[in-house]
Amino acid sequence: MQFGVFTVGDVTPDPTTGRTPTEGERIKAMVAIARKAEEVGLDVFATGEHHNPPFVPSSPTTMLGYVAARTERLILSTSTTLITTNDPVKIAEDFAMLQHLADGRVDLMMGRGNQGPVYPWFGQDIRKGIPLAVENYHLLHRLWREDVVDWRGEFRTPLQGFTSTPRPLDGVPPFVWHGSIRSPEIAEQAAYYGDGFFHNHIFWPPEHTKRMVDLYRRRFEHYGHGGADQAIVGLGGQVFMRRNSQDAVEEFRPYFNDAPVYGGGPSLEQFSEQTPLTVGSPAEVVDRTLGFRDYVGDYQRQLFLIDHAGLPLKTVLEQLDLLGEEVVPVLRKEFDAARPAHVPDAPTHESLVQAQRHGTEGSPQ
Amino acid sequence: MTDILAISAGLSQPSSTRLLADRLATATRGELGGEAAIEVVELRDYAHDITDHLLTGFADRRLQQVLDRLDAAAGLILVSPTFSASYSGLFKSFMDVVDPESMRDKPVLLGATGGTERHSLVLEHALRPLLAYLRAQAVPTAVFAASADWGGDTDLNRRIARAAGELAAAVRGRPARPHTESDSFTDPVPFEQLLHGGGPH
Repeated sequence: MQFGVFTVGDVTPDPTTGRTPTEGERIKAMVAIARKAEEVGLDVFATGEHHNPPFVPSSPTTMLGYVAARTERLILSTSTTLITTNDPVKIAEDFAMLQHLADGRVDLMMGRGNQGPVYPWFGQDIRKGIPLAVENYHLLHRLWREDVVDWRGEFRTPLQGFTSTPRPLDGVPPFVWHGSIRSPEIAEQAAYYGDGFFHNHIFWPPEHTKRMVDLYRRRFEHYGHGGADQAIVGLGGQVFMRRNSQDAVEEFRPYFNDAPVYGGGPSLEQFSEQTPLTVGSPAEVVDRTLGFRDYVGDYQRQLFLIDHAGLPLKTVLEQLDLLGEEVVPVLRKEFDAARPAHVPDAPTHESLVQAQRHGTEGSPQ
Repeated sequence: MTDILAISAGLSQPSSTRLLADRLATATRGELGGEAAIEVVELRDYAHDITDHLLTGFADRRLQQVLDRLDAAAGLILVSPTFSASYSGLFKSFMDVVDPESMRDKPVLLGATGGTERHSLVLEHALRPLLAYLRAQAVPTAVFAASADWGGDTDLNRRIARAAGELAAAVRGRPARPHTESDSFTDPVPFEQLLHGGGPH
């Protein structure tokens, strides 16, 4: 099982000091978080993509290319790459380039984004969100698998004999996850292609996650990629830890109370009860996280959100130490022990190359 | 079984809005006879939950129970006080978190209260258009109770009885809702259809 962190890349004032980091500081902090993730033994770093303040990560492959040069083992991913407003040709090229630079340590997550105004900035129409996600991904899927593509669709100029370069590393496209909170069409899309499905699993009650994952698993089997329990599922999660549970609650509360998304709403205690947010000791985080399996089944990737709401870099790096020392080793052991042998791991570049050699691309690894 | 849910957006305790909701509920039970189960919910008890829903985008468990009961109800009685020439903000906030699908074709009896009868058209100018927008089936008689109605011998009782009769008739005449409605999770649009321009519903 893979463990990692995903970041939204928000520039938020620290409510305890009133200080707002500069964009440059935030960007460098994201890179420091990625490097630390590798150092403490995590597997994945994923960055969001946003095109408006207060968010900085507008150019994920630039950032991930830099991180690739400064890490050895870490899988570089996104959370999410906007399949609606990015030209699929550019996505194909950017991520194939990144694959070569990172020696295959790359996958990505498709998403539609949650900000309506972004669509017109890139010449698109928000009312076409789902059709854009469907058509653009279908083209991307072909661009990575066919050397020469003829294409005609609704949303971009036709392509005649087009070859996107560079070709994917070893002829194997990066593994793709599709992320969606509550659109059944996206679970259906992930299932159709036999791709992974990721639920962000933060800020919402777990019932939403379960409903989407159930649909994805059922349809994955329907489309013949394997059993429902062999589908490739990823989850988010949000944690804040101190060795002593009460210290965690006291330290995190001002950040919670002022946070974007839920600030000013329910109390920290209510929100922790209603959503997967876990604020407490490493042991509490372990227990809660192991419980996710009860409603989504055996899954392949767990990403934690640890760096939003104005938390200072130093605190975030301490969170990574706790994840690496006390949480992830236990989770790895417990999840691995619970998982039946026929449930696959998340695909990696190596496993996909292997699978291609044996002519089983599209089947679970 | 016929379930009627009465929602009162009154804020004071005791509240004349709650009082009107109770009277409308009792009259409706009288019209429907023994098979009717009627429950009255005061939104005041859910004011924080409703605000949290507006801020987080989801209902907590206790509010979700109310939303589920509303969805399952055969008919509704909705009563708001008149604030600044309209329904109260709490009433509107609640309606904002109700799934519009729950309201579609639902028989609804509308009621409102106010200090003077000069506010009575709030029913026709504010509440009825909201229910029309939600494609609910508001019965023709809506009941306004001004302060004077609680003391004097106005025809409030007659209006309550007429409105309750209309709600009972609408509920009886409404076809039973199928129990297992298919939705986009039980019956997803097949991907080939999405891919070839069939689109989601």
